[in-house]
Amino acid sequence: MARTLFTKVWDSHVVHQPDGGPALLYVDLHLVHEVTSPQAFEGLRLAGRKVRRPELTVATVDHNVSTGDRRLPMADETAARQVAALVANAREAGVELFDLDSPEQGIVHVIGPELGLTQPGMVIVCGDSHTSTHGAFGALAFGIGTSEVEHVLATQCTVQSKPRTMEARFTGLPARGVSAKDLVLALIRRIGTAGATGHVIEYTGEAIRALSMEGRMTVCNMSIEAGARAGMVAPDGTTRAYLAGRARAPRGERWAPAVEAWSDLYTDAGATFDRTVVIEAGALAPQVTWGTSPGMTAEITDRVPDPADAPSEAERQSCRQALAYMDLLPGTPLEGIRVDRVFLGSCTNGRLEDLREAATVARGQRVATGVRAMVVPGSQAVKAAAEREGLDHIFREAGFEWRNPGCSMCLGMNEDVLAPGERCASTSNRNFEGRQGRGGRTHLMSPAMAAAAAVAGHLVDVRGLMRGKSGEYAD
Amino acid sequence: MQAFISHAGRVAALPRANVDTDQIIPKQFLKRIERTGFGECLFYDWRYLADGSSNPDFELNRPAAADATILLAGANFGCGSSREHAPWALSDYGFRAIVAPSFADIFFGNCCQNGLLPVVLPELEVKELLRRAAGAQKFYQLGIDLKSCRVRDGAGFDVGFVIDPYRREMLLHGLDEIGRTLQQESRIAAFERSRLASREASVS
Repeated sequence: MARTLFTKVWDSHVVHQPDGGPALLYVDLHLVHEVTSPQAFEGLRLAGRKVRRPELTVATVDHNVSTGDRRLPMADETAARQVAALVANAREAGVELFDLDSPEQGIVHVIGPELGLTQPGMVIVCGDSHTSTHGAFGALAFGIGTSEVEHVLATQCTVQSKPRTMEARFTGLPARGVSAKDLVLALIRRIGTAGATGHVIEYTGEAIRALSMEGRMTVCNMSIEAGARAGMVAPDGTTRAYLAGRARAPRGERWAPAVEAWSDLYTDAGATFDRTVVIEAGALAPQVTWGTSPGMTAEITDRVPDPADAPSEAERQSCRQALAYMDLLPGTPLEGIRVDRVFLGSCTNGRLEDLREAATVARGQRVATGVRAMVVPGSQAVKAAAEREGLDHIFREAGFEWRNPGCSMCLGMNEDVLAPGERCASTSNRNFEGRQGRGGRTHLMSPAMAAAAAVAGHLVDVRGLMRGKSGEYAD
Repeated sequence: MQAFISHAGRVAALPRANVDTDQIIPKQFLKRIERTGFGECLFYDWRYLADGSSNPDFELNRPAAADATILLAGANFGCGSSREHAPWALSDYGFRAIVAPSFADIFFGNCCQNGLLPVVLPELEVKELLRRAAGAQKFYQLGIDLKSCRVRDGAGFDVGFVIDPYRREMLLHGLDEIGRTLQQESRIAAFERSRLASREASVS
């Protein structure tokens, strides 16, 4: 019978399927970080249970860590205690940990792929909603809560009801200046933040096939912002080229059999999805959020919407509340809205390609007066690679701060936060009220758009800058 | 896990859609390594003014919401981050159940893991409950029975709800899911052996 990519991965991981109940699924890779794991390890201890497969479990510190000078002790005592708890738990359980001093440290969803831990056909879980990122490799990867983290630690399995499937097909190729971030923001704008609840999305179409692995990770990363359990892309030559030679990817005599095993990971002709959404990628402009939910997105050439135009009273109310929080008036052109801060980073857009795109815009420019812009690489490896290319010089000379890796101002658990009322152009994934700091106002966009906003001092269509200096921009 | 069989209590109405887990429990409170004590931080940015005093305009601070144990909410409640601190905070505050037209997937599962019952009712029924809550003399009370899967107010509202039979069973008996899965040890071990064997066979 013809099966979808999702169904193939699901079927190959079912340990037990009770009649009428959820399946027991085997987990190939369990990623762990400091914020959602301490209570899980404590639960194991209280019940006298052990970590079943420590060698399939990998931990790092990312959420609460400082992006400042790593030689200094952590100033935040509660955060330091949480990091210390992970160090102790990992040691006790025999789980590999990339700690603050490790050259492999970074955002959990950045280091999994770059180490080659993330591989096609795997089931991957982590106590973090952006685990969907790893689906870019044709893995089934989803976020879980702390109770489920404890369950996976104890059993290497997870109890899951089978989700429905959705195809998000991006036809055509996006114009120059329109990136992976714009594709996924356009999808969320179309279907809403609960549009894919209960579904696993498979991203298909010419625009997805043309994306690099970094771009596919950006798209899959934000699946959760459409409410999806996971996002997936069928592995292909791009996937194999990315994985070849990675430290933890199959190597030597194990490479060819692995590639052979991955060759079946695609949706069969004739397989059906529960739902299909088609988006014309070639017709998209750069996207930017105007409200307090990722679905509140418009094209940069648009204006702030009028709540009166929303189709229901509930949506009118949401829109009014969002505009009040964002301090925006209906009808204001998005291009021209002034920003105070710019954040380049996160598991959505903190990889080398993202920094290259932003650096292309920043090269030879200056961050506008009154704007504070920071670049937070997604991992130590991204940071080192960027420095080898001289990207840090480009950013520093343009007036950006060049910081150490972590989740940083995506969620503001460390000292990187917006002050009340500050407006930020951000490459992260959530523009919720207070997400980047109480009273802070977030506009989500691509790395190139965020860099352009830093230089202009306001939201701006990066395509205009590209036209102005076409010689400096690689296609 | 705390079992949920039935519960009767006062209702707090929070008629907002897409309430995300960053609102339910802001990130600055996620650094604790315990499961308890999150209740005072629940809805922190909405509940307290910048000077730390109680925000009288916030729904949960109104007199009618005092001592509420059932939260009446809008669609897509609990979207965003997977933080289980959100249901921990709601439980710690005193809530035993949340009634809404829909929930985000991860949050729904996290509630069930903590004996906090998420009840999905059609949008129209939630609207009716909100209307009744707004019109109540002093407090509005509901009874939620997981055995019969019904929500009642004793004044004419009596509506059934559907919940996954597995979740219902776990909640009714307060079962330890890890303990149940560990009973499948022989199946897990067999699965691991067969995968290892096929991997080795492919290399040799």
